[in-house]
Amino acid sequence: MSSARRARDGARPPIRLLRNLSSKLAAIPMVLVGLGVFVGGTIWTIVHSFTDSRLLPRLNWVGFDQYERLWSTRRWLVSIENLAVYGIVSLVLTMCLGFFLAALLDRKIRFEDTFRTIFLYPFALSFIVTGLVWQWILNPDFGIQSVIRGLGFSGFNFDPLYNPDLVIIGLLIAGLWQGTGLIMVIMLAGLRGIDEDIWKATRVDGIPIWKTYIVVIIPMMKPVFVTALVLVTSGIVKLYDLVVAMTSGGPGISSEVPAKFVYDTLFTRQNLGQGFAASTMMLVTVAIILIPWAYMQYREKRQ
Amino acid sequence: MKKTFALLASTSLISVGTSALAVDLEVTHWWTSGGEAAAVAEFARLFNENTEHTWVDGAIAGAGGTARPIMIGRITGGDPMGATQFNHGRQAEELAEAGLMLDLTDLAEAEGWHDFVNPTSLLDSCTIDGRLYCVPINIHSWQWLWLSHQAYEDVGLPVPTNWDEFIEAAPALQEAGKIPLAMGGQPWQAVGAFGVMAIALAGKDAWSAVHIDHDAEVAAGPEFARVFEAAAQARAFSARSNVQDWNQATNMVISGQAGGQIMGDWAQGEFQVAGLVAGEDYSCLPGLGVTEIISTGGDAFYFPKINDPEVEAAQLELASLMISPEAQVAFNLKKGSLPVRGDVDLEAANDCMQKGLEILATGNILPDANQTFSPDTQGQIEDLMVEFWNDPNYTPEEAQRLYAEIVARAD
Repeated sequence: MSSARRARDGARPPIRLLRNLSSKLAAIPMVLVGLGVFVGGTIWTIVHSFTDSRLLPRLNWVGFDQYERLWSTRRWLVSIENLAVYGIVSLVLTMCLGFFLAALLDRKIRFEDTFRTIFLYPFALSFIVTGLVWQWILNPDFGIQSVIRGLGFSGFNFDPLYNPDLVIIGLLIAGLWQGTGLIMVIMLAGLRGIDEDIWKATRVDGIPIWKTYIVVIIPMMKPVFVTALVLVTSGIVKLYDLVVAMTSGGPGISSEVPAKFVYDTLFTRQNLGQGFAASTMMLVTVAIILIPWAYMQYREKRQ
Repeated sequence: MKKTFALLASTSLISVGTSALAVDLEVTHWWTSGGEAAAVAEFARLFNENTEHTWVDGAIAGAGGTARPIMIGRITGGDPMGATQFNHGRQAEELAEAGLMLDLTDLAEAEGWHDFVNPTSLLDSCTIDGRLYCVPINIHSWQWLWLSHQAYEDVGLPVPTNWDEFIEAAPALQEAGKIPLAMGGQPWQAVGAFGVMAIALAGKDAWSAVHIDHDAEVAAGPEFARVFEAAAQARAFSARSNVQDWNQATNMVISGQAGGQIMGDWAQGEFQVAGLVAGEDYSCLPGLGVTEIISTGGDAFYFPKINDPEVEAAQLELASLMISPEAQVAFNLKKGSLPVRGDVDLEAANDCMQKGLEILATGNILPDANQTFSPDTQGQIEDLMVEFWNDPNYTPEEAQRLYAEIVARAD
């Protein structure tokens, strides 16, 4: 509390709880929803992951059985591996491409609006539509492969969606195509926030443009990068609809992802206990990444 | 997931309430293809004509896997429909146990369902703790090998009459650039074909030991080793099918591009639509021509409990109508399935359907895997089969080992 306020209020010490009363009242519904839906739901899910619930939840304890079964299920292991590969590659490429495109657009080019619109448009499509479109484009019988073969290159082979080793690349192409535009726009906004004087100063000092970006601009854009990072990671963890629309997890089980495992187990296989165990593992994974990060942020603020 | 449950909880506050005598009864099902829609329209017509109630059609597109979660969500969420389709088996078992389904025992006893329903195992599937919760309406069997006469004429070979001949003839078809065994890429087709091979090649006793007694030793034994061996052969002969839907695969058989397809009796509709004649243009071998046994899967209707005596009366009327001889004939002729009554006459049935009726009459029948395994176990087998079927390096021995593990865990 500032000393100025204390002086104005006089000798009577204000009750902390009543400070900013109206905004606290306004926040109550959100707090209740947050506690009830998110915290309550999470606890409920974790509790039931230790039971043998099938179609309907019931509290019949089985200890860690569901987790033991989960980690001996091949489909789950494949799902985790896929998500890790997709996550890392997509995170790195989205951030790099997004920043690169934004930097190009920021060079005061002609038709900037047009390009920005073109790059951002895919984001307006849902993952389902994106998935369908790319499923057609990558179909060997009437997509890229057949077009290039039609041009005379009859030995050309490109059918990632039908090859278990390459299918993740097919997913990445579609995912990047859809998501990069948004990151580009966020980065562009960040670049526009950089003071013109900084650019003038580096020009006077004769620092090359690429070096300016890496040494000066990117460190200044840290908050923008954090925002983009959060957006991209949350999108990766809930990866589901793109897979359903493009491959339904195939060929075989080579493009399965955890969210799809959870959905299938909960609803079509009527095994709530197993599905809750899987979703709890997803939560734990996110927590493992998030907690050290949040801790670091907290420590930085304290210092 | 958490959001879904919150939604379910909130919808439970809304309940269905009607006051008029004539009831609008919503019926949900996943029959959306041409033949299926025509069949279910027969039920709707008879219900609207013979009672003062109205059939409100609640078709859910996208096959059972999509529709069942929606139906179950509505029932557990407190927004039940008047009646809903499930397959024969254990898909609605827990809903009935939890008291969410209408008890049909009194109606069944009054009308004597146990006297005319054949096979009675269909009623057993509906029965939980001695009470009856569903009305079986048709029988679909999986155990059919459909063969294209055209394909075998092209390579100058006689049409096979059993699985061994089929395997012998397969290399000749491959040399001629044909696919010996057409197989769609969707998981359920691989699982189904495996099930057919299991009954035909392992025999009735071994199949029952695994499916009914959940005996893991038999699942790991020599009878099932033969099944996995055959599945590996079928995998090699079905490679490059490059189609997804079952009816696309059936079309390859119709056009003579493929030698055969293992598919349930619903494939028959496709041959009929294409104008092909059974016995002349195509053959059907029940039980792969090895063991003439059919399994009795199919559909049943459940009536979610709604605390309103008038709705309940309408539900009972619909249940009674669905199993009546008139509805059974009208529905099953359009659907291409067999009726659940032993006492109705299907004169209009074609050759293959007649074969099925004969086998049914002799009692060479087994329950469907859906009746003996829970959806959870079925799902694990599905994952195994999908991987096995798509990876040529997956050995039959390894698949059999994992299969036995799943059977050991089955409940």
